[in-house]
Amino acid sequence: MITVRYFASIREKLGCADETLELPCGVDSVQDLLEYLKQQHGQLWEEGLKNSAVLVAVNQAVAKRSAAIKDGDEIAFFPPVTGG
Amino acid sequence: MRSLKISIQQEDFSIETECKALRSSHKDIGALATFTGLVREIDGADAQHDKVVSLYLEHYPGMTEKSLQDIAEAADARWSILDVCIIHRIGKLTAAEQIVFVAVSSLHRQDAFAACSFIMDFLKTSAPFWKKSTTQAGEQWVEAKDSDRQAAESWAEGIQKR
Repeated sequence: MITVRYFASIREKLGCADETLELPCGVDSVQDLLEYLKQQHGQLWEEGLKNSAVLVAVNQAVAKRSAAIKDGDEIAFFPPVTGG
Repeated sequence: MRSLKISIQQEDFSIETECKALRSSHKDIGALATFTGLVREIDGADAQHDKVVSLYLEHYPGMTEKSLQDIAEAADARWSILDVCIIHRIGKLTAAEQIVFVAVSSLHRQDAFAACSFIMDFLKTSAPFWKKSTTQAGEQWVEAKDSDRQAAESWAEGIQKR
């Protein structure tokens, strides 16, 4: 199983804070996962995650779209940060 | 780096209490540089319209602490620093409230000043916090000030150092 988490404005757009799912066959990277999630959830995910500024973390470390993912991973999608 | 305190908390902090703790831990500290970030009331062109009533600070539990640790360690690799304290509040804050505190101690002031500034610059662009402001016009997520791509790239470099 993998856990996908969404934060801030992305969470609000999708109406979803997190989801747990079986790692689908053929989904080996963050990019693969993004495509899969858009396919599964449709328009809302297409719109919510289309911005190239959407940031990604795998197991709580920032990652590129090409980063590999495996069973047990936590993947998070969020907007540019605004702390401090 | 001798000690590192990181705290993500809802409750307010006392600058005096934190500084006292840093000063009393060791007698060799010659410099203690601090920064305190506050909630600004006016955050737009139209002063009346954009008056910030409150800010809501969201974060990514787990990653936030790791991120701040990475930032402190990056500062430690570049300067001679002794103790670091980073406190960041979360939840609902109102105008003039304290948001963030960074303190760095060292033997001499140049290292403390530089490291403190570095930590704040990377906290602003790397640490997974998001602000949502409530003004008279309603609620709105605060936009990152740097260009989105720039923020993403500097973040990727900062974390990968670990």
